[in-house]
Amino acid sequence: MFVARSSAVAARLLEEEMVIMCPRTSKLFVLNAVGSAIWSALDGGTPLSDLVRDQICARFDVDFETAMAHASEFVQQLAEHGILITAEQPITNQVSLENATQEAG
Amino acid sequence: MGALLQEVCTRAEALHIPLSIHLDLTYRCNERCVHCYLDHDDHGELSREEVFQLLDDLAEAGTLILTLSGGEPLLRPDFFAIAKRARSLRFSLKVKTNGILIGPSQAALLRDYGVHQVQMSIYSHRAEVHDGITKIRGSLARSVAAIRLLRAYGVNVAIATPLMAQNFADYPGVRALAAEMGVAVTIDPTITPKIDGDTSILRHRISTQDLQSVFRDSSLVGDVQNFSACTPVDDDVLASYPCSAGHTFCYISPYGDVFPCVQFPLPCGNIRRQSWRSIWVDSPELQRVRSIQLGDLPTCSSCVHASGCSRCPGLAYMEGNMYGPSSADCEKSLARTGVVPKAWQPNRSADLIQISLENCGR
Repeated sequence: MFVARSSAVAARLLEEEMVIMCPRTSKLFVLNAVGSAIWSALDGGTPLSDLVRDQICARFDVDFETAMAHASEFVQQLAEHGILITAEQPITNQVSLENATQEAG
Repeated sequence: MGALLQEVCTRAEALHIPLSIHLDLTYRCNERCVHCYLDHDDHGELSREEVFQLLDDLAEAGTLILTLSGGEPLLRPDFFAIAKRARSLRFSLKVKTNGILIGPSQAALLRDYGVHQVQMSIYSHRAEVHDGITKIRGSLARSVAAIRLLRAYGVNVAIATPLMAQNFADYPGVRALAAEMGVAVTIDPTITPKIDGDTSILRHRISTQDLQSVFRDSSLVGDVQNFSACTPVDDDVLASYPCSAGHTFCYISPYGDVFPCVQFPLPCGNIRRQSWRSIWVDSPELQRVRSIQLGDLPTCSSCVHASGCSRCPGLAYMEGNMYGPSSADCEKSLARTGVVPKAWQPNRSADLIQISLENCGR
């Protein structure tokens, strides 16, 4: 599974916890350190399993199966709120504000 | 405020993170509201490049909520470039505008950029009252049309209604209009002096009697008895800070001047001369503002309203003493509870001439 962060949300790291606001629903989410690490690593092009192995298992004391189960549930929950986008193929065509900052001016 | 957001604010305060910033992009405006606290000239606004650098610095500092305002911010030709840059940096973006310059293409951009909220001031549901305040004929019709357009594009809109002598009787009409359009509305009886200290616009404030009437309106305040009660003052209250100004909130003018709040014109630095970080961290003025706890206020700390008062340190500063009371908030406390605040009680002779007596024995 490939996962990308929605470009529609606002997010800021507060110490080691990611604070996320969804403008569409005005909902606020706060991720713990592990959730924040996953969030920061999501790039749409790396399989979730690779991110869990490289970013979670390598940094936190947890085995792969357990971490993968938690990560999948985490992704599913945030995807239901439109915070994350999932696909079976690499996500490359999301309209990205990060890559388009020059267009409006 | 929800519990989770309150928790985030508390943590940001402890970490000295400027969680929320109000940035005026211009003081120029296409309305001339009678109560406006700004002038409408351009004294050398920040360039787009300077604003971009500031946004980068704020994102780095941890700012999450960014309000772009003015003046009328859409008068800047680069407004949407700035908004887009802000969203690319993942700010939660709010825009304060009168909507006059919003047509379909602007509404589509605000939607596409994921602006969290557009706020507009609507003073009355009656054109003669609203337009009389903005001094622009047809302004109500154009603002309401912009709200409907934004709603049609799925943009979250909120109405703000400052209460003045001119429009006091009309807030139920504004609320009905807002409900019909599906937008939230905030009623606020606060009129502040001009940012340069000119107090002439305070003549537009509503009377104490009208303030009492607002505070007895259960559709606004909920349980009137509960709202009108004086709440107890304890050590936790005395150790608390007056508000978020300078702690997690800050105001930046179109010229790069940094102040603790929009209505707290204590100069703390300028981003053209200093880095944002050096101002936020090292400014003696901001450090002083941050150091003030309610217990440090000589009059207000022993006032019966200390815990329930909406005391604004900026208004107190504009009255000459940031440690003193804000008379507008003293008036609100009196109107809310019927109890005279400490600042308005006459001095007793014992306070004027004190005699210390001690029996030392023979």
